[in-house]
Amino acid sequence: MSDSIIEVSDVSVMFRLYRERVDSLKEFMIKKMKRQIAYDEFWALQNINFQVGKGEAVGLVGKNGSGKSTLLKTVAGVLKPTKGAVHVKGSVAPMIELGAGFDMDLTATENVFLNGAILGYPKEMLEENMQNIVDFSELKDFMDVPIKNFSSGMFARLGFAVATIYTPDILIVDEILSVGDWQFQAKCHRRIHEMLERGTTLLFVSHSIEEVKKVCSRAILLNHGQMLMDADVDKVWERYNKI
Amino acid sequence: MSTYIRNFLDYKELLKELVNRDVKTKYRRSVLGMLWSVLNPLGMMVIMSIVFSHVFRGNIQNFPVYLMCGQVIFNFYNEASTVAMGSILGNSALIKKVYVPKYLFPMSKICSCFVNLMTSFAALLIVIIATGTQLKWTVILLFMPVFYIFVFSLGMGLLLSALVVTFRDLQHLYGVLITALMYLTPIFYPIEILPDWVAGIVGLNPLANIIEMLREVIMYGTVPDGILHLKCILSCTIAMTLGLWTFYKQQDTFILKV
Repeated sequence: MSDSIIEVSDVSVMFRLYRERVDSLKEFMIKKMKRQIAYDEFWALQNINFQVGKGEAVGLVGKNGSGKSTLLKTVAGVLKPTKGAVHVKGSVAPMIELGAGFDMDLTATENVFLNGAILGYPKEMLEENMQNIVDFSELKDFMDVPIKNFSSGMFARLGFAVATIYTPDILIVDEILSVGDWQFQAKCHRRIHEMLERGTTLLFVSHSIEEVKKVCSRAILLNHGQMLMDADVDKVWERYNKI
Repeated sequence: MSTYIRNFLDYKELLKELVNRDVKTKYRRSVLGMLWSVLNPLGMMVIMSIVFSHVFRGNIQNFPVYLMCGQVIFNFYNEASTVAMGSILGNSALIKKVYVPKYLFPMSKICSCFVNLMTSFAALLIVIIATGTQLKWTVILLFMPVFYIFVFSLGMGLLLSALVVTFRDLQHLYGVLITALMYLTPIFYPIEILPDWVAGIVGLNPLANIIEMLREVIMYGTVPDGILHLKCILSCTIAMTLGLWTFYKQQDTFILKV
């Protein structure tokens, strides 16, 4: 595939599991001298290979601890793979957690600008789209309230509204749609579908296969850091039930 | 190199927003707000003037301005390096979730403290007027010590913020170090009272040099000489090189350790 927008080639991620955390210089020196720095290697991902073409919607499924979020983080550029490389062409909107980077003491409006800047959106665009954000998040009366007073649902609505205000080339979604009431969830799904129609590429993590089926045609199955399958959603679903 | 610059330009909006946030939240819900940035150094100056002008009465001309020059610079360095040190740990939630150039966090802290430094200069100006200090044209050279202290603090901020992620003890140790540094900086005493060997150490203290330069342009109306500039440039270069190098080496491990 020549027009692939995400290329994950032979990616492995290793974490060191320290049996005993060494936090201080003194401890570190003593242990280093005694050669006692002990850790286990834990491979969260092993030799992952796949490509995603422009406009595709790919679901990542797997049990808890199978490496889904780690994989998303490497694609989002948050985590550097220990081995291998990730190539991403175009802008990435990571929705690994809604409202990451919100400051509790600032008002909702101020947070829109702060969060927008974190996601790399230009200020003018946020100003133009402020009305959209207010409408989508249904927080008209709360825009001047410090968000420490917000409920978790309001929080998520604001976060989603800011993150999806423009159509990124790649959207990364990590189980964030489980928050909010069903109406809001439906709204989020509509927004994601709109984006897909406009040609956004989607990487989607969810435990619910129903959700994955709704948005994705292709799915990747991970288990214990290894890629078991990369195929049609229904086939992956069959296989997933067997492990 | 050019990719780094382009990357920085892409995120300069975020730097602005982060500084904006710090300035906004610092005095939020306090009645006097930003005015505290002026009142705080003024109040400290008054108290220290009362205490120390009796101790060093004969040695220092125009003690309030002498003290204030030292205080403004030292307080900036103290505040900036301390908050910058905690900036990576404090933003751990963000670092784990979204890609942003990580040096922006210590950098934004230095910048927001720098805004405070500017308001402290308003306090200094008040003291200069109140004591009837005659300013010479050299005051326009003020930007030089200000520039040096900014670069030096930025370098130290980068260094500390990267080191503290691995060695948390630094947070506690640094308070002690800062106190030692304070006494090794002629803020409220004249350098002449020190024995030679201590004066030698103080001569190597970057803060002492920068403060001396500030006093020269404000109080004494002299142009700082080349040797003083050289000392400042050298300490800034060392701090920046060490800071950038350490930060660059460490930054990919932050996510695993914070």
